[in-house]
Amino acid sequence: METIILKVENLSVELEGERILENLSFEVKEGEVLTILGPNGAGKTVLLKTLLGILPYKGKIEWTPPTQGRGLPLRGKTSRPGHPKKIKIGYVPQRLPFIKDIPMSVGEFFKLKVSSEKEVKEILNSIGLKKGILEKKIGDLSSGQFQRILVGWALVGNPQVLLFDEPTTGIDISGQESIYELLEKLRKERNLTILLVTHDLSIVYKLATNCLCLNKKMLCYSAPKELTSERLSQLYGGKIKFYQHSHE
Amino acid sequence: MNSQFLFSLISGIFIGGVAGYLGSLMLSKRMALVGDALGHVALPGMGLALLFGLDVSFGAFLFLLLGIFLIWLFEIKTSLPMEALVGVVFVASLAIGFLIVPEPELLEALFGDISKVSFEMMIASIIFSLLIFLVINRIYPKMILANISEELAKSEGIKIKKENFIYLFSIAAMVALGVKIVGSLLVGALVIIPAATARNLSKNLKEYYFGSLVLGILSCLFGILLFRLTGLLAGPSIILTSTLFFLISLIFKR
Repeated sequence: METIILKVENLSVELEGERILENLSFEVKEGEVLTILGPNGAGKTVLLKTLLGILPYKGKIEWTPPTQGRGLPLRGKTSRPGHPKKIKIGYVPQRLPFIKDIPMSVGEFFKLKVSSEKEVKEILNSIGLKKGILEKKIGDLSSGQFQRILVGWALVGNPQVLLFDEPTTGIDISGQESIYELLEKLRKERNLTILLVTHDLSIVYKLATNCLCLNKKMLCYSAPKELTSERLSQLYGGKIKFYQHSHE
Repeated sequence: MNSQFLFSLISGIFIGGVAGYLGSLMLSKRMALVGDALGHVALPGMGLALLFGLDVSFGAFLFLLLGIFLIWLFEIKTSLPMEALVGVVFVASLAIGFLIVPEPELLEALFGDISKVSFEMMIASIIFSLLIFLVINRIYPKMILANISEELAKSEGIKIKKENFIYLFSIAAMVALGVKIVGSLLVGALVIIPAATARNLSKNLKEYYFGSLVLGILSCLFGILLFRLTGLLAGPSIILTSTLFFLISLIFKR
């Protein structure tokens, strides 16, 4: 039985007097992958941050932890009204431009979050990296490795939900492929629910259970196969065609 | 006389160490010049303390709190960037400082004077240094995470405003201690140079903060010995020693 893990109703976000999001309503069920599509400046990142509980909003955001995750203690989460008390969310941000200014090894990066050595080892295993990488300086990682480390970092504390902000920015095609394979693998392994901001339509067709098109307002909310070229050009403005091909 | 020198040396070592440690955080938070600016803000307080025969650190700390309060107040009133407000407050303090510090004491306020450190002052310096160290140690990982990404820190439930406040307060306390050793003009260097040197030499965070702390200690140790041997002013001797370490680190940069 699929339980609803996230319910959003009439969500609006205003930052410094500017409307960023208007009247969004959608639901995410346990184990789903919801992709969030939209042009630059559409409010995708703001939506993720709001769902994380770090931006003020109007409307309703309701997180319900899945049954098997119940009872997992949460460390010092924010207690904003309506914000999850029980659910554990991992967040993978779009970029971390300042991280390379600080001399820091990968192991030390993991230690910024309370994590046991055993857990870090397990996570490295899941994200397909060797233990030796813990000694490496963050600044010396390739962008693909760094991306995996960010995913791994989000997995610390065993979250039930992952929020991803354009996980493939600045990564070449083969790197992108493997990040998505990794996501799919993690989703199955850890029974994760994933919310994913992306520009990559092929991923939407391959991975997503549902997709949300966003340009301040919600323009569509449907299964990926209902995402037609007309919808997309309405979303991005201009002509966009995407030819679906079945992989099954 | 000899025991007095020992008091100075021990105070210097403790203050230098914690200054280096705090500096490693300030450098990574891109606040390298904040120590400098606050050093100037401390000047009028130091002048008044000298006039009334009080400890300079005490006067400095009162004025630092006042300065930070003013910056905070201005920030609410205008939309100017913090940097500009700090700039206004620090030059104004400098001007007031020059007017109220009597001339014979001016040199002492600007460049510090460790030859007056008493036993009680040494004990106070040790206690305050250790307190600042403990506070910084507690907020260190949170501040590093907040520096990497505020969102990431917030998503971990870190209360950034609260931590920032503790952090600023620690900087003010550090500057108040530091002005005793190197004076108002050089206190920024006491905090930042060891961290800059350690950054050149370290490949991870542990080496970085530990290196900053050790280099802060060594700069004060050798600087004060240099002052003892040559009779040069202690404050500039410490900062030049520190700068020498920095230049050497450029050769071994990793």
